[in-house]
Amino acid sequence: MSQVDADSARPSTLPVARRWLGWPQVIFLVLLCVLAQGSVDWLQEYPGALQLPVAAWFNAVMDWFVENFRPFFRAITLLFTYPMTWIRDLLQWLPWSATVLVIAGVAYKVRGPGLAAFTTLSFVYVLVVGLWAPAMNSLALVFISVPLAVLVGFGLGVWGFVSPRAERVLMPLLDVAQTVPAFAYLLPILLLFGFGPVVGLVASVLFAFPPMVRNTILGLRDVPSDIIESGQMSGATRCQMFWQVRFPAALRQILIGVNQTTMASLSMVIIASIIGGTADIGWEVLSTMRKAEFGASLVAGIVIALLAMVLDRLTAGLAETGDRGVEHRSYATRYGFCIALAAATIAVIVLRPVLPVLGSWPAGWHVDLASPLNSAIESFILTFKPALETIKNSVVFFAMLPFKIGLDKAVSPFTWGFALQPWHTVVYSMSVLTGATLALRAGRRAMAVWTVLVGIVLYIGIADMPWLAVVAILVFFGWRMGGTRLAISTALALAFLLVTGSWDKAMLSIHLATMAVLASFLIGTTLGIVASQRDTFSRFMRPINDTLQTMPPFVLLIPTVMLFKIGDFSALLAIISYAYVPAFRYTEHGLRHVPAEAVEAATSLGATPRQLLFQVRLPLALPNIMLGLNQTIMYGIAMLVIAALVGTRDLGQEVYIGLSAGNFGQGFVAGIGMAIIAITADRFCLAWQRNHASKIAKGTS
Amino acid sequence: MTDQAPASTTAAVKLSCRNLWKVYGPRPEYYFDTLGYAIDVPDLAERIRREAHVPAAIDVSFDVHVGETFVIMGLSGSGKSTVARCLSRLVDASHGEVMLDGEDLLAMSPKALIDVRRHKMGMVFQNFGLMPHLTVIENIAFPLKLQGIPLAERRQKADRVIELVGLEGREDAFPGHLSGGQQQRVGIARSLVVEPDVWFLDEPFSALDPLIRKQMQDEFLRIQRVLRKSIVFITHDFLEALRIADRMAIMRDGKVVQIGTPTELILNPADDYVARFTSDVPRIRLLKAAACAVPAQGDLSALPAVSADEMAEDLIAQLAKNPDGLAARDGAGAVLGKITPASLITALAALGSEADIVTS
Repeated sequence: MSQVDADSARPSTLPVARRWLGWPQVIFLVLLCVLAQGSVDWLQEYPGALQLPVAAWFNAVMDWFVENFRPFFRAITLLFTYPMTWIRDLLQWLPWSATVLVIAGVAYKVRGPGLAAFTTLSFVYVLVVGLWAPAMNSLALVFISVPLAVLVGFGLGVWGFVSPRAERVLMPLLDVAQTVPAFAYLLPILLLFGFGPVVGLVASVLFAFPPMVRNTILGLRDVPSDIIESGQMSGATRCQMFWQVRFPAALRQILIGVNQTTMASLSMVIIASIIGGTADIGWEVLSTMRKAEFGASLVAGIVIALLAMVLDRLTAGLAETGDRGVEHRSYATRYGFCIALAAATIAVIVLRPVLPVLGSWPAGWHVDLASPLNSAIESFILTFKPALETIKNSVVFFAMLPFKIGLDKAVSPFTWGFALQPWHTVVYSMSVLTGATLALRAGRRAMAVWTVLVGIVLYIGIADMPWLAVVAILVFFGWRMGGTRLAISTALALAFLLVTGSWDKAMLSIHLATMAVLASFLIGTTLGIVASQRDTFSRFMRPINDTLQTMPPFVLLIPTVMLFKIGDFSALLAIISYAYVPAFRYTEHGLRHVPAEAVEAATSLGATPRQLLFQVRLPLALPNIMLGLNQTIMYGIAMLVIAALVGTRDLGQEVYIGLSAGNFGQGFVAGIGMAIIAITADRFCLAWQRNHASKIAKGTS
Repeated sequence: MTDQAPASTTAAVKLSCRNLWKVYGPRPEYYFDTLGYAIDVPDLAERIRREAHVPAAIDVSFDVHVGETFVIMGLSGSGKSTVARCLSRLVDASHGEVMLDGEDLLAMSPKALIDVRRHKMGMVFQNFGLMPHLTVIENIAFPLKLQGIPLAERRQKADRVIELVGLEGREDAFPGHLSGGQQQRVGIARSLVVEPDVWFLDEPFSALDPLIRKQMQDEFLRIQRVLRKSIVFITHDFLEALRIADRMAIMRDGKVVQIGTPTELILNPADDYVARFTSDVPRIRLLKAAACAVPAQGDLSALPAVSADEMAEDLIAQLAKNPDGLAARDGAGAVLGKITPASLITALAALGSEADIVTS
């Protein structure tokens, strides 16, 4: 790298014309690497001698830790086993009618008859399909992990609010906790806490507390100064200040945290079931999917989706009423409802021996949805097989493969219908060069650079790119975007992937993630633009987006695998269906909240609707749209790990294998690798946003 | 800057601040550790600015007397809110002293300060500062709740002030359901519920519509006529200051430019800055009924009575209806004199000449 950096000064001191001066050197280096790749071994493959057995070290540390601290953690397991068994047993023992009554009653109290009806219908569905017991086991885990996560999160949040130093320590830890894939820490939890439902509990608390911390800090800090001062002037002591002024004023934000924590907890409870032995609803989905009983797994998947929606609406409703403060009722009417509900519940329990229907759902009322669904799916697939195959093959052959292994290998009679001739290569190189030259002529250096780089990567394939070339491009790009700091952190991130021997798998992850993120971003922004222009479309998409976001992402795998079998393409589809939503939302929000004066000014100048969109709204919404891209990347990478369940071959799979083979080091190294990719991508996005903002502030382009 | 105490404020000093400084920046205390040195004010302010600190209040001194409405008027950034916050110790002053009933507020322990705030101070905020999760009545009783007063007594005291601000019937509404004017009534009621001696109002009506603002000013004057609190009132609206002030201080860039009664300020502006505010004010705004009254023989009880405090402006309509004149009475009801159209015009004409300053 040194000869590249040597002749360029810091970007901030460079005049605009020299800003891209370093790129010719980088491209030259990349081409050199590509050409020399065949003859120089260490270019093609990062030399094994320079790798470190990091995974083994992790294993050693973990072994030592488990050896010495296992009793302590096992004690915690015992401690938690009791309340957990109680809640489990309670939920199993309670007659279904009592459970439905209580939850629907709470729903009525929080959101009114609509949600109560929805809750009742959802639970009736669970009963009808005969999945009551596993659903209650999952709910029991959620019911105990949410209060724990809320307590832990609130405590840490208050600590972070009180002490800025604590906040500086907490924030990066939260970032790591949220980006390291959950599978990666399932195994150490399993080793420490022993096999059983406590693993799901601990994992779900660990996964679910960060949003609580963030929202607590945010809420407590954003209390308006007027309210704080009026509390002080009323003579509040420190303690009164917190509990009677700050906390109630921040309650809405804190309850939003409870909502996010609940959803994260449910999602983790579902994922944690892959370790098995919990007899819960996630396991139901997974085991039926492995047996290719898609009807059954779809039926169970819908149960999860319904539970998620009920929990989401319930906790979100809490946050809203906490703020709106309905009308003020007297204490009698306030508690009258609760008393009536409790009385009705007890009545149901007491009546159970007399009316057995209240206790156990009669067998005659079960409906077997799985078998008709199965046959329907089968016949659908049989009928549309050619169409499905065509969709899959064209995406795989013409988009995924070339990017992955390069046009030089992807183009074959089997895929593209012809073999790659030398003259094809010549034409390809010529057109890339022509494109770059045209861009240069037009004064668009950045575009020229990108044309050449993408041209090279597409021809060689990301998986076959010499590692040195990738390092050169990314580090130099990081230096351009964010200066020395970003360059160094990028270099360190890539070094970790190289030294631990995760490079090849990481490139596959980057391949899949890039494809998925590009597709999600494209789909999301396009739909978002349409939604910002058409209210009906926006209203149509809102419930779809909400559903896709509230559902544990795991459920999204079912339909894709059903239609397209196991493989990269199914993974791609599952990731897109999860990750397009933030791009959609941020785009729509950004476009709809462009300053009204700007729009009015442009309209009065005679802009057509088209011009208004492309020359006023989109440029003004760009920062928001980029925020959406950032989120899309995060969602995409999070989903990448879960997609490993449907047979990808990237780092995500490595994490999963590490878990199932009991190899902590292997899974953990791969997990950190994924977190590193996510964090680096995030840094690049942030650097872009900073550049964009300072460009506008400085008034240069 | 001499603090001229007009005739009406010979009452005891309630709250006073002496040489108050507030400096924002990395090391504000650095400028005030010169024990025993006399501080050269313009010099120090200049040096503070040069060294990237912000002097928000510069050597501010004034007294607020018992029962007096003292207005601090200044444009945004003039330091008026900072001074008010230093007086209530929401902000700790960098230098100087604040005396409340002869006690040094700045030297007070946190515990003693809480006690003072609970019993002696009330404050009204520009953006109301209401607790969104409490009803109107709970908001008003909030300071009492903090003191641990039992519910029944809280309720009783809150009911009394709720009547005073005219919010009966809205006790159980939440602040979010009230208009801005109503919310500020809640803020006023809350600040009065502990029956404070000193009442701070920080731009209480600035967030309201002009019409509501006028109405609230009237309400405020009515309440003050009943309660006679010692008031520190912050505003950026010169006309508002004129309407309600017994005395006022004009601030600019952290410094007090002039202190005096509204009439003094208008007739003798200390500099061009003050003059720019005062030049547009119609002189009749300064005239009170007492100044227009002339001694009259005979029985005036047949004439309609007006308060001596009433503004001459407001008498015109009444004079039109009663061309024979009005009887000006003081607070105790004693007749001061008779007001006729001619006496009003004479008083107004006299107002222009500096030799004849009319104070009320």
